[in-house]
Amino acid sequence: MEFFSHQTSYPFMATRKVWYTLSALLMIVSLGSFFARGVNLAIDFTGGVSAQATFAQIPDLDQVRTRLVAAGFREPSVQVFGSARDIAIRLPPDPKQTAGGIRTELETAVRAIDPGAQVMQLDVVGPQVGNELKVSAIEALGFTLLGIFLYIAFRFHTWRLSLGAILAVLHDPILVLGFFAVSQMSFDLAAVAAILAVIGYSLNDTVVVFDRIRERFEGNRRSPPDVVLDQSINQTLSRTIMTKVVTSIVVVALLFLGGPVLKGFSAALLIGIIAGTYSSIYISSAIALDCGLTAEHVFPTVKKAALDHLP
Amino acid sequence: MLEYARWKYLLVAAVLLLALVLALPNVFGEDPALQVARKDHGAVTPDAEQQVESFLKTHGVRFEKGYIDQERLMVRFAAVPDQLAARDAVNGNEDFKNTYITAVSFAPRTPEVLRALGLKPMPLGLDLRGGLYLLYQVDVNSAISQALEGYATDVRRVLTSANVPFRDVAAGAGGQADAIRVQLAPGADVSAARSALNQPLQGLAITTSSDGAGPVIEAVMTTAQIRERQDYAIQQNITTLRNRVNELGVSEPIVQRQGVDRINVQLPGVQNSAEVKDILGRVATLEFRLEDMQNSAVEAEQLGRAPLGSKLYTHTRIGRPILLKREVIATGDQLTNATSGQSQEGPAVNVRLDARAGDNMLRTTRANLNKRMAVVLIEKRPETVEIDGKQVTREVTDEDVINDATIRGVFSNNFQITGLQAGEARELALLLRSGSLATPLILIEERAVGPSLGRENIAKGVTALIVGMAGVFLFMALYYQTFGLVADLVLLANVVLLAALLSLWHQVLSLPGIAGILLTVGMAVDANVLIYERIREEIRKGVSPQAAIRAGFEKAFSAIADSNITTLIAGVVLWVLGTGPIRGFAVVLTLGIATSMFTSLMGSRALLTLMYGGRRKLVSLAIG
Repeated sequence: MEFFSHQTSYPFMATRKVWYTLSALLMIVSLGSFFARGVNLAIDFTGGVSAQATFAQIPDLDQVRTRLVAAGFREPSVQVFGSARDIAIRLPPDPKQTAGGIRTELETAVRAIDPGAQVMQLDVVGPQVGNELKVSAIEALGFTLLGIFLYIAFRFHTWRLSLGAILAVLHDPILVLGFFAVSQMSFDLAAVAAILAVIGYSLNDTVVVFDRIRERFEGNRRSPPDVVLDQSINQTLSRTIMTKVVTSIVVVALLFLGGPVLKGFSAALLIGIIAGTYSSIYISSAIALDCGLTAEHVFPTVKKAALDHLP
Repeated sequence: MLEYARWKYLLVAAVLLLALVLALPNVFGEDPALQVARKDHGAVTPDAEQQVESFLKTHGVRFEKGYIDQERLMVRFAAVPDQLAARDAVNGNEDFKNTYITAVSFAPRTPEVLRALGLKPMPLGLDLRGGLYLLYQVDVNSAISQALEGYATDVRRVLTSANVPFRDVAAGAGGQADAIRVQLAPGADVSAARSALNQPLQGLAITTSSDGAGPVIEAVMTTAQIRERQDYAIQQNITTLRNRVNELGVSEPIVQRQGVDRINVQLPGVQNSAEVKDILGRVATLEFRLEDMQNSAVEAEQLGRAPLGSKLYTHTRIGRPILLKREVIATGDQLTNATSGQSQEGPAVNVRLDARAGDNMLRTTRANLNKRMAVVLIEKRPETVEIDGKQVTREVTDEDVINDATIRGVFSNNFQITGLQAGEARELALLLRSGSLATPLILIEERAVGPSLGRENIAKGVTALIVGMAGVFLFMALYYQTFGLVADLVLLANVVLLAALLSLWHQVLSLPGIAGILLTVGMAVDANVLIYERIREEIRKGVSPQAAIRAGFEKAFSAIADSNITTLIAGVVLWVLGTGPIRGFAVVLTLGIATSMFTSLMGSRALLTLMYGGRRKLVSLAIG
């Protein structure tokens, strides 16, 4: 079986204005909704209480909310979580409440609605921890990007390829953040881990394409750069699509079977992998071309060395 | 012809065999178990094991197997009712109850042979087995101010006895949280003051100056001293928490430092967080008191009351009833340090008190040479009880005599407790420290997962793992035919290798960890795809099948190495900066990259060479 029985020759470079426009639009929507609405930060970052209760009978959400308010909980958010009998309760951080008291109070309040109800999971995060996690998440993101920039600068001797790779790498986490801003899906610590993994994976594709560009330039020094870039992308296309299809299979399995804990994580991965595949095919090489990439840049000293070896 | 060096075959075979053995403990599952540990933290001996086992047999409790693991006895059962019956039987026996702490838990069904080799399955995280996670913050600043208060007390005493007039000794004065300021009276002898202060303020940076009110001496704690003090405070709290966690009878608890000033406590299987937090949040102190040697403790125990001026302690850590005088010589907040060490008479505990307690100790020891002195550990904890349907919180005090020893010389604030075994000395130093003035602990994070939710999480994780892997395997076999099957074998080997490494290093497996394993499978495909696509390309160019395989591996190498390094960077950052489950994910991601490089570059090449290398008339490859 083969997706591409003959070598494809899609004109990626000639059509790059279309892809630039598409990316620009996606970026604007992502950044716009990120700054306008923000992402729905989980208690990992905000502090507060997150609990999961299972009821014996399907409860009335409004009633649960009213009872919780009556029991002295401020602004409780009550949602269905998994099946209709599983309820997720979220409370903002309250300095007056001690972590110790919350469980008992919550259990009492929930049992008053339904004697068979059980608190299955209870997370209480102090505001100081939340703030710290926010800082360390940003730190992790910063260090990963820095590490990758250094690696790219070291690996590809020309800034034209580096810039292409960096813009493609930035492109993907922004789209993931945009997805979280638009969908208002809960953004937790695991989603940050997923974004970091996405940065790694997305660059992985770009690197494979660039590796091929280098190889092609070595063989056809005279060919025009846009032809070489098109050939390189087309030749690695089968691999890029294959790998991503297979990775998507496992991520979709996680998304639908892994349960609510892994929902944000797998959603971030899926969006990131799709964005990463797109950006490494359509964006990274096109940027390098627009920066004036030629064979000269990839092999600056080889020409002289090659001449020396001529008889 | 396609060849592959013999040593490479051997390496691949050896690594895979080793991985199979290391990963093997994970497939046996778990049984309900009862953990029996000694209350005094000593090792459970094989004799004691015999004793407990025959006790269970005579009580008609059926059990599968008993064995000693890390100084504790583990007894495995076929079913939970047997486990609970055994716990009730052991706790119902007065002798056992006084000697042992029992905890119900789960024990791996790993065969004897593997356990003897030290092979264990990956421990499961709290999200998979249920339990309680608590994160405490230690108020390290209060540890510093306590130390400064201690210095200030010493300074006042030394200056008074040296007859140097002073107006004020203030700790943390003048906006400097790490300094004490001594305001001497006008015309006071500054050099006499300085030389008197040398001993109590040893190691501090001392400066002298003078202001309108007279000469001023300032002493600042150095960075190293502050750090030492903070570390001591954290260590002391960890010790205290560990002791209390042990009392809870939880199996495999974790109490560890996290960052600069945090301690995390993980209690698998614990549900009732209120009770746990009561016990962990206790306030402890110590009392040094003289033993009442005129009266008999045994007699007092029989009478049920103590003589006037004394107090009777019956169930004590020292193993006998004891009568102690009511006067207190020194208390826990006066203890500044207790460390275990060596003396001429073997292991010892070095105790250091503050100056005031030192004076008291000097007077007492002078008058009571060769009498006995004991140390009582007193812990107060809030306990919530239900009275007439109302929740009432009251304070409960637990007292225990942790040591008694003969006064063999006259001493003041610096002395040794000797005549101990090595383990006892460490234990006593820890206990003494847990009773010294504790730095406040603040609970800042709590996460509880019910056991049924844990089971649900495991089921979901495993289902996702199986379905995801099956999908990948099927897809690869369809797309690359025979080569796809080879890739499937290689992927399977990769999972085994990964599980082996995780088990070997006892990495806790959490739900994100399972996701990491699945993701590794997805990404490990990449290396195979790179190689196979390259082989297809070579074949299209008209290269012979065997040459195509060789070229495929060789030309794909740089792309594989490059692309893995990028993921590695993200993995390592997460590993270093992440905590808890995120770290679990990062560990799997990072190790997975290493194992997938090995299996797809060496493993699959060995297999393909074995399959195609020897065939002379190979016309085509089944690569789809």
